[in-house]
Amino acid sequence: MAGILVFVEQRDGEVRKASLQALSEAKRQGGAGGAVTAVLPGSGIGDVAGGLGTWGAEKVLVADDPNLVRYSAEGYAEVVAKAAEIAQPSAIFFAGTAMGRDLAPRVAASLGVGAIPDAVALTLNGESFSVRRPVYSSKAFAEANAAGKTPQVISLRPNVFAAEESGGSAEVVAIDGLSLSIRALVKALVVEAGEELDVAEADIIVSGGRGIKGPENFALIRELADALDGAVGASRAAVDAGWIDHSHQVGQTGKVVSPSLYVACGISGAIQHLAGISSSKVIVAINKDPDAPIFKIADYGVVGDLFDVVPPMVEAIKAL
Amino acid sequence: MNCIVCVASVPDTASVIKVGGDGKSIDEAGIKWIVSPYDEYALEEALQLTEAKGGEVTVMTYGPARAEAALRDCLARGAHQAVHVVGGEATLGDSITIAKVLAAVLKDREYDLVLCGIQGVGTDSSQVGQMLAVLLDLPSVAIVTKLEVGDGSLTAEREVEGAKEIVESPMPALITCQKGLNEPRYAALKGIMAAKKKPVEKIDVASLGIEEGADPFYRVESLTLPPEKAAGTIIQGEDDPSAAAAELVKLLREEAKAI
Repeated sequence: MAGILVFVEQRDGEVRKASLQALSEAKRQGGAGGAVTAVLPGSGIGDVAGGLGTWGAEKVLVADDPNLVRYSAEGYAEVVAKAAEIAQPSAIFFAGTAMGRDLAPRVAASLGVGAIPDAVALTLNGESFSVRRPVYSSKAFAEANAAGKTPQVISLRPNVFAAEESGGSAEVVAIDGLSLSIRALVKALVVEAGEELDVAEADIIVSGGRGIKGPENFALIRELADALDGAVGASRAAVDAGWIDHSHQVGQTGKVVSPSLYVACGISGAIQHLAGISSSKVIVAINKDPDAPIFKIADYGVVGDLFDVVPPMVEAIKAL
Repeated sequence: MNCIVCVASVPDTASVIKVGGDGKSIDEAGIKWIVSPYDEYALEEALQLTEAKGGEVTVMTYGPARAEAALRDCLARGAHQAVHVVGGEATLGDSITIAKVLAAVLKDREYDLVLCGIQGVGTDSSQVGQMLAVLLDLPSVAIVTKLEVGDGSLTAEREVEGAKEIVESPMPALITCQKGLNEPRYAALKGIMAAKKKPVEKIDVASLGIEEGADPFYRVESLTLPPEKAAGTIIQGEDDPSAAAAELVKLLREEAKAI
């Protein structure tokens, strides 16, 4: 067994950025001493496959089938397991998106191995990866490995590994002989209007907490997020008050995030929230209470009423 | 409508984490153990389903002696039966081994739906549910925020980035439950008293043919705490918020290069 197989995720023919990051990292790791092979399931995706050479794939195994037009845990897992049978890799990488995090354990179980989720750093020793991953919601970091088992199934946290074009070209090969017996079937994909950017994927996040006082004031948070081209997040307090959907919640029982900029508005900073944002590159806090715990981990803080600070901030950003 | 709910006993989310003497696991001194918060949504959903359609809720955990408290908590909230596979310290974080243990118990039992939380807080792996579904050959939906159960089938809403997938599946099936699915109930005093009398079935993990730690698929070499952050730049913005905002934006642009 040698090489790295990378699962590539696409939605409507558009490859996810996080998948390009995983592919680039496989290339940077020298394919663990073998080839970098991409596996791409979908429907009508022939044009996408060839382009993956640019991002480090030497070979692309394509499963192009109408039954794969939407994600199906069973169908996609069968495709990746089949690709693993063909490529015989020593490692399989997934981008740690909702799809990747769902698929990796299924593929691992069907191959009879374990899986290591949420890698933030990878070190190759021979053919064995040492995986750094946050545990206890980033209150600690584990250095873990697959105990000598192969293939090593690993998911990579989005936005941690760089996507790099390496300018190669890939051989595209179709995967045959799939049964695709799918029981749990995705009937529809409902996109929230105007909210495509999820906190888990966003490079900039602006969050509101109890200090924003009511659901209507998320408009102000959204204004700042829009000015920064970022996503809207929320503390547990704001979600539990019913001001915004749980999908926006950042923290230990929400999403653990690692954006390049995190702006906390009216969030005091419970330990669960601080854990969830601690790996952000730059943390900004805006809060009336100078003793709020959020200021202890903030790189920049403004002590003041967010309703007075945020509007001129939006103006200043727009003026840049 | 019989439901199996898999729960984990985990450190309270308010816990301060310290590294233990072995440098590989947490110092358990002073840790309060709770039912993993996501498992509470799984339990609540199972309770509501059986209240509406009849049947029983069996709650199951794989963990050391202290994990019985998590089962008692679930029994107090209304679960009918509990199964405690005793062990699990040597397999913490080894999702596939944990799934094999749960599958070994469940393979001979009758159920319509298996419910798990999306992840155990702590190891934060979010893998056992999906692995268990594969090992039991069950159709499954992960990260469910809405569930409707019909006659022999279910419709679930699953959370993905910026969207929701609507998934239909025949039953028996397995789902992993996310916040938003329901509002978990608390145990009432009456339930707590009744739970003390309910039996907890104990299973020795060795009796399932699994030798813990003998054939690991996940090994932690070290556990470390994140480095302490240096003190940040704090701007006083009470008197002149506009000036503070302008200074913050300038710092973010020129010093942090974040915007």
